[in-house]
Amino acid sequence: MPESYQLTRAQRDDLRTVAAMIVPASDEYRVPGADDPAIQADILATLGRDAKLVTEALEHLARLAGQPLAELDDRRRDVVAQEFRQHGGAAAATLVRVVLQCYYRDDRVLRSLGLELRAPFPNGYVLPDGDWVLLDPVKARGGTLRRAP
Amino acid sequence: MNDPVDVLIIGAGASGAAVAWSLAETKMQILCLEQGGWMNPAEYPTTGRDWEAKFYGEWATSPNIRSRPEDYPINDDNSPIKVVNYNAVGGSTVMYTAHWPRLHPSDFKVRTLDGVADDWPIDYDALTPFFEENDRIMGTSGLSGDPLSPLTHPPMPQQPLGLSGAILGKAMNKLGWHWWPSDTTVATTDYEGRARCINLGHCTPACAQGAKSSTDITYWPLAVRAGVELRTHCRVREITTDENGMASGVVYYDKDGVEQYQAAHVVIIACNGVGTPRLLLNSASSRFPNGLANSSGLVGKNLMFHPYAQIYGYVKEPTDSNRAPPTCLWSKEWYDTDLSRGFVRGYGVQFVRGAGPVFEAVVSEQKGILPWGADHHRVFRKLNGHRLGFSAICEDLPEEHNCVTLDPVLKDSHGIPAPKINYTISENSQKMMDHALARGREVLEMAGATDLCVNSPIPWGGWHLLGTARMGTDPERSVVNEWGRTHDVKNLFIVDGSIFVTSGGVNPTSTIQALALYIADQMKQRLANLFD
Repeated sequence: MPESYQLTRAQRDDLRTVAAMIVPASDEYRVPGADDPAIQADILATLGRDAKLVTEALEHLARLAGQPLAELDDRRRDVVAQEFRQHGGAAAATLVRVVLQCYYRDDRVLRSLGLELRAPFPNGYVLPDGDWVLLDPVKARGGTLRRAP
Repeated sequence: MNDPVDVLIIGAGASGAAVAWSLAETKMQILCLEQGGWMNPAEYPTTGRDWEAKFYGEWATSPNIRSRPEDYPINDDNSPIKVVNYNAVGGSTVMYTAHWPRLHPSDFKVRTLDGVADDWPIDYDALTPFFEENDRIMGTSGLSGDPLSPLTHPPMPQQPLGLSGAILGKAMNKLGWHWWPSDTTVATTDYEGRARCINLGHCTPACAQGAKSSTDITYWPLAVRAGVELRTHCRVREITTDENGMASGVVYYDKDGVEQYQAAHVVIIACNGVGTPRLLLNSASSRFPNGLANSSGLVGKNLMFHPYAQIYGYVKEPTDSNRAPPTCLWSKEWYDTDLSRGFVRGYGVQFVRGAGPVFEAVVSEQKGILPWGADHHRVFRKLNGHRLGFSAICEDLPEEHNCVTLDPVLKDSHGIPAPKINYTISENSQKMMDHALARGREVLEMAGATDLCVNSPIPWGGWHLLGTARMGTDPERSVVNEWGRTHDVKNLFIVDGSIFVTSGGVNPTSTIQALALYIADQMKQRLANLFD
């Protein structure tokens, strides 16, 4: 990440708080929240070209909250979040996307979803051939290709 | 200065590769200049756990987002459809869905049949042998015998129906509507050195397995072996002309950014429907003040995109998600003109199998169907792995105000003026899109889908770049003649999608390549009097 886009401690705190608002931990599904330290570390380590917009989003969030997001009461925090999402534009969308793309590649989350913990290549996946009898009605109906003069 | 070559091809994508391979048998000295480099499949997204995240950055379909050194910026602010492409050996065949329909015979006679746009100066039959040859080299899979599509002979069997295909097929059958397994360039068996598909997921951002055909792994190895020189990381700035008004060569920047001149006896442009008019307009000179080959004023005009009308939803049963090539079936039910629908011409449909978890989460959150907070997990599990999609490829008719010009400010990394797009969706296209969405809704609801979402048009859906240097017999109404030579410059040829007269309602790459092979064949037949 370029040094100019290093997040401040306050921004990292707000990022963690808003991430937990997007995806909270769940005992029912046995998954961490997006504020989990490993997921947060992944986000910070891979911000890359998104750093500028994420920084802008966090600055916007800080302006809306007026204080650390975590210190707002639930009702006020929800109002801020709603405003942020509705009017935050590309920067807010990027922040949310960055949170989700790191969350949905975490081992614990993928395991909870029943997905394999691996890249698609080189093993790939098996696709059922299916029953091509389904195509019989289409063949029976036929049709005519429009003729050209 | 470099030694002159017989033939200089600009661009190593779908059409540049095909024309290079075809002309190689003449034993002429052929050079291709490509602004990108050779691909490295070991770096393709599906080799990593972060494969989906890469789609939003260095593997984005938009060159403006991707911003690799090989890319040039495009000002598409004045267009609801953004240009997507890929710049490398293989061009946008590196990054496409491998869906492989052809134009229909009727698509070449639009004026005669429907009274709109113009007829092509050639017909489907002229291209038939080149479609077949191209399918053999690109390596296609499919099921011959679709009653509503031109007859094809794919050398490999069709892709599996999969979970998604079966659900969609049943729904289409209940409605009595046409569907058929798509012809694709995904290898379903080992084929000519390519390994068969193992369902890595979304094929679009390059195939690590090499099962998806792209010209870097099909045409180019053959062409290079036959003696064609391919010079990479070379960006052409302009085509030069001599005192006789003939193309004399090109000015380009080499891999070190050093300006070079390359003389050539014949120049062939294969830069797509945006890159080609950009180059011609950037080649303006005192002899050609309005841009090269532009006496008609039509260079850059009549841009056709194919507006995509997409609707998708979620069924209770599991779908193929990201564990299969994205497209599996097509429909031509609404391909031909039926004026009772309220519009002229029609659209093809490609059905979409599903999406991966990151894409699903990001898009569904943006659409407002995946909430923040405690209910996020329950809803996500209802959505993820249950998506089905219906995408209509609507025929865009040529309109001169839809155009590519040069941006007065924006430039690429070499300081070359960038293209600017001005494009609006016509009333006819909008009616077609609305019709398609209504049909898509019926199909998806018949399949039991809920939470239907619409992208109409798909904003980053400007894959098909057509019409900006159209073909025709009248030099006042077209840029190239009926065999691809520019009317104005008798040793300058164009072989990419910019020469399309009309767009049809299908993905164009198969037809683009057949056209490139046809033009190469015409050139070979006329070598003795090519410039007459």
